Amino acid sequence: MISLSSYLILSAILFTVGVLGFMLRRNIIVIFMSIELMLNAANLAFVAFSRYLNSMDGQIFVFFVMSVAAAEAAVGLAIIMAVYRTKATVNADELNIMKW
Amino acid sequence: MVETALFIVLAVVTVITAILVIVQRNPVASAIYLIITLFSLAGIYLLLNAPFIAVIQVLVYAGAIMVLFLFVIMLLNLEKEKRLITRHRRQKVLGVFLGIILLVLIGMIFNSVLLEGSKGKFPPEKVAALGNTEVVARLLFTDYLLPFEITSVLLLVAIIGAIVLAKRQI
Repeated sequence: MISLSSYLILSAILFTVGVLGFMLRRNIIVIFMSIELMLNAANLAFVAFSRYLNSMDGQIFVFFVMSVAAAEAAVGLAIIMAVYRTKATVNADELNIMKW
Repeated sequence: MVETALFIVLAVVTVITAILVIVQRNPVASAIYLIITLFSLAGIYLLLNAPFIAVIQVLVYAGAIMVLFLFVIMLLNLEKEKRLITRHRRQKVLGVFLGIILLVLIGMIFNSVLLEGSKGKFPPEKVAALGNTEVVARLLFTDYLLPFEITSVLLLVAIIGAIVLAKRQI
């Protein structure tokens, strides 16, 4: 029997890797993948709690998180396409037109 | 015993491929590693007695979302971005430092909060008897009916938004 905390530690590590990718990378597509990593870390914590607290609500939440992630990926990638058409770059440093 | 070994293997694969996702220069390689990460997470969901979520993970994440990512990467010409070298050295150091602080903070929360709660109505034996998918479906169409319907509206909005954004001229 694997303890709940080992799953939570794995989830924390995954989340931190996602945050690091978000902060360190300059390619918007990789930044986007880091967001997916963070969402997956949250999903893992949900499923682990659902298993160890004998409740199915965590799995339902994961279902909703996944549908939100799908919608977010579709719209986000469309935004990246639109940005690439106007600026011809996916480097986050060069997309500073809205910066104060 | 087998369970623990499987968990360790899957956890190590997940963490290593997740790190490879963020250190790869080539976005296609990042996407491929992310697919491996998602597959091993699906395996971990199976260990957690959640076969429905595991299948959805493979179908929706590793299937639909990652195919979308790969399509967009192929549509964009990223040759010049690959050679891009970041000039912000201090940002890298600070980022790694803050990441470690974040990990320590999350770990401290796990230590301080009692990870026990009142047990729910679905012990593993009952779920196994009823079938995981059936239990999830019953909850989705009874207790969580309104969120479920709102999800369909959300997906419709996402479809329309993606089409409008991707069109050259409206």
